[in-house]
Amino acid sequence: MTLFGYKLPNMSSLILWGILWEIVGQIELTFFLPPLSEIFATLIEIGGTTPFINALKETALAFSIGTFSAICIGVPVGILMGKNQLIDELLLPWVNLFLSAPLTALVPVLMVLFGFGLKSIVITTALFAIWIIVLNSRAGVRQINQSLVEMSKSFGASQLDALTKIYFWAALPEILSGVRIGFIRAVKGVIIGQLLISIVGFGSLFELYASNFLMSHFWAVLIVLFALSFIIAEFLAYLERRVDYYASRR
Amino acid sequence: MTKSTDNAVTVRNVYKNYGSTEALRDLSLDFPRGQLTSLLGPSGCGKTTLLKIIAGLLPATSGEVLVNGEVVKAPGPDRAFVFQDFALMPWASVIRNVAFGLELRGMAKSEREGIAEKYINEVGLSGFEHSYPHELSGGMRQRVGLARALSVDAQVLLMDEPFSAVDEQTRRKFQEDLLGLVKNENKTFIFVTHSIEEAVYVSDQIAILLPRPSRVMEIIRPSGFRHKDVDSIRREPEYLDIVDRIWASLRSYVE
Repeated sequence: MTLFGYKLPNMSSLILWGILWEIVGQIELTFFLPPLSEIFATLIEIGGTTPFINALKETALAFSIGTFSAICIGVPVGILMGKNQLIDELLLPWVNLFLSAPLTALVPVLMVLFGFGLKSIVITTALFAIWIIVLNSRAGVRQINQSLVEMSKSFGASQLDALTKIYFWAALPEILSGVRIGFIRAVKGVIIGQLLISIVGFGSLFELYASNFLMSHFWAVLIVLFALSFIIAEFLAYLERRVDYYASRR
Repeated sequence: MTKSTDNAVTVRNVYKNYGSTEALRDLSLDFPRGQLTSLLGPSGCGKTTLLKIIAGLLPATSGEVLVNGEVVKAPGPDRAFVFQDFALMPWASVIRNVAFGLELRGMAKSEREGIAEKYINEVGLSGFEHSYPHELSGGMRQRVGLARALSVDAQVLLMDEPFSAVDEQTRRKFQEDLLGLVKNENKTFIFVTHSIEEAVYVSDQIAILLPRPSRVMEIIRPSGFRHKDVDSIRREPEYLDIVDRIWASLRSYVE
């Protein structure tokens, strides 16, 4: 963006909003919004404490297992759907249903099925992430250049060769953008899981701070969460740009 | 001379229907070993369909295709395909693209890259081994496609309008190089084209296909100028006569 002929660095709007936030906080308009400086002070204060580190570890563990399984299941399922008409017709209605379903409402059912532990939280996380990954992998495969498929066949590729050497790579740009959106959704999933299933990890911190009206603590944890998901999303966006060179030429 | 009787590929009474449309009807054709046969005809005459049936990429509705006396059911190592749109993997370097056929056969990396390098050199792309397809011009990309087909050392090369997506000058160079390949490689070439001049220039045998329903109208074997220098072929009276004759017979089929 340029303003009065000056080129502004990326995300300079954040600075503006930060200043506004600080002002609103300083004039004590509402207890809900403490000054930004106070939030960062709190962040430094709680950042090194054991409960915070443990919460971070618990959340990171559930998040990693959840998104990892979402990728391991979602990408192959999506590729198979894109490749095989029958599988596609069988699964597509369900994928579309769950993509738009209010998954939070399913969490109590998951608790009944899988208990109150890590397992349920991981499954919740995976459920938030997986559908968009499936749909994007499917879309990536469906736009594949047919002569690449014929090429692999004519040189004697087996079904597995075609999947791993052609379809996966041809769909990679779409797969990566699906994974990126899936990860962002998984952040929601893991927090909802940790709030509703068992009060652990960042969920427990949110619960604790919100119920005690410790708003600067609450915001500090939220900012950490935002920063972490932002870094992951940016890293995946970077990977996407790496494959950009062939995305437009398949 | 065994050359005239020995056919690398034989197409016998092939029919191909897409639903109720007849793409090929009772088509029979012989492809002599070590020679280049062109399939020439107006668009919609089923020449690419026939090529893909020979490749084993499409099943014939009835009839059979024999390669070295064996019935074709699927793609095999005795045939290699060169695609009109190159069909290169955009995520792979030139050398991996060229070695891809060998990679699928499970050949070790160093061995297949050695072979690939030899053919990259042969098609004149040395120095571009580690470039990616999007960094190459259209003509260079088709050279990669050609090197890939050569590297699997198939006896039959199937070429589907390989030069139609490259510019005119590159195309002429390709045609000259192709004559060299036919002479040196001792392979059987089946070459689909819609260009009359191209077919006459490169072919030992030209099969003219007509559409609706597809059939072989005529087989022409230019013989007088095949041994001539690549530069003088286009001035040969026989070359010019054949081009005229083919155009005269195809004219009525062009809308």
